[in-house]
Amino acid sequence: MKINGTRKSNLKQTVEELSGVRIDSCLKCMKCTSGCSVAKETKMHPSELIGLLKLGAGDEILKSDLVWMCLSCEICYGRCPMKINTASLIDALRKLAVERGTTTRKGNAPLFNKAFLGTVKQYGRSYDLQMIMHYKFGSGSLMQDTEKFPTMLRKGKMALLPPYGAKKTVVKRIFDTSPGGKGKIK
Amino acid sequence: MRYAYYPGCSSHSTARDMHESAAAVANKLGIELVEIYGWSCCGATSAHQTDRVLAAALPSSNLLLARDMGLDTVVTCAACYNRMKVANREVKDSAEIRCMVADRVGKEYDGSVAVRHIIEILLEDVGLDKIKKALKKSLNGLKIACYYGCLLVRPNDVTGFDDAENPTSMDKLVNAMGGESLEWPYKVECCGGGLNLTRTDVAVRLSGSIIDMAARAGADCIAVACPMCQASLDLRQSDIKKETGLKADMPVVYLTQLLGLCLGIPLNELGLNRLMVSPANIIKQIC
Ligand code: SF4
Ligand code: SF4
Repeated sequence: MKINGTRKSNLKQTVEELSGVRIDSCLKCMKCTSGCSVAKETKMHPSELIGLLKLGAGDEILKSDLVWMCLSCEICYGRCPMKINTASLIDALRKLAVERGTTTRKGNAPLFNKAFLGTVKQYGRSYDLQMIMHYKFGSGSLMQDTEKFPTMLRKGKMALLPPYGAKKTVVKRIFDTSPGGKGKIK
Repeated sequence: MRYAYYPGCSSHSTARDMHESAAAVANKLGIELVEIYGWSCCGATSAHQTDRVLAAALPSSNLLLARDMGLDTVVTCAACYNRMKVANREVKDSAEIRCMVADRVGKEYDGSVAVRHIIEILLEDVGLDKIKKALKKSLNGLKIACYYGCLLVRPNDVTGFDDAENPTSMDKLVNAMGGESLEWPYKVECCGGGLNLTRTDVAVRLSGSIIDMAARAGADCIAVACPMCQASLDLRQSDIKKETGLKADMPVVYLTQLLGLCLGIPLNELGLNRLMVSPANIIKQIC
């Protein structure tokens, strides 16, 4: 296994190495696709993704909608007779998509992840209000859900002040020692 | 019964009610929850979508704190539960990941701290008999759709929670409280929580279909054990109504809130006032 090694090999090999998931045994039974939570919404389906990777697909596959629409619900893995963890495989594709700059603006999950992890790095715990503002400004979805905020604040479902109490030094160390440099969240 | 308690970030925001009701119920049943001092975020979905080692390192640093306490870890949030169990598996299975995690956390972790969900503690350590004896009120035949979602039961070879396709842990507790747990087909469907902000349209369709199915099964309310599921079904219910034309309100309560009510714990200690869809109608029937 090579989790952070150099990647000159083809996409299939790279994602297999990153995720530790082997796909050669896929039977094309499509149990993953028939149970998939987003298959109704996506053009790409899990069994198709596995099939294309096996056939030698390249980086174009990183742009397929399933990569960022996958809910990590793990139904595909749970039902696969060959124990192929497509959800983990998709996590590896996401990592590559961010690294190779093939992500899209619609439903900007990488921006969301950055906003979320940014607050974790800063406070040691996630801070919803700041994360949501970061995401909204970045994605241009400023007005969405704003009608809910007053009620959420009143009901204590959203904290106004940032969280405190975490051992921040450890969290900072974890982020700073991540590949990609000091403090950078890829 | 003493445990290292990991509340998770949502216990201070969207899921304060989950945290409050779990603490109140634990207190009543003699479960001692010792909060892990200095705990930090488990990384949730964003960490595992970003980097596999980061996703193992964040929970590991917390489990190291729990290891020093010499106690099993108890989690109330299904997402934290899942991420911690996956981290345990990752460092156990791969020497390479274990080394990289040690490098980031600054300490070696071997994946040895047991991680358990509060539902497991209630069923396995407290037990239905003791719970039944402590009950002051009954659910009086309320029809309840127990909704487990993804993160407790999948991947089942990692979480080991109940059964992947037809779990019954919450159902057993509901029935012990005098409720009628429903057989319904969406117990372990996904609520779409992961797309709640990024693709709200898709998330609303997924959570809408769960509410719709519960309503068609005749449920008076849905019982949950995950803050993401709760938010998707409760906080988003106004959007679901707009999108799907669903009419009636469907209260979405934490199982610990129902148990708290039956144990005679006052409403305000269970965070019931924080729910978006009012549970007043079901509370009326519990006596
Ligand atoms: S369920 Fe498994 S074996 Fe069947 S098509 Fe999907 S990945 Fe292949
Ligand atoms: S984890 Fe992703 S690909 Fe697998 S069933 Fe769920 S949504 Fe589909």
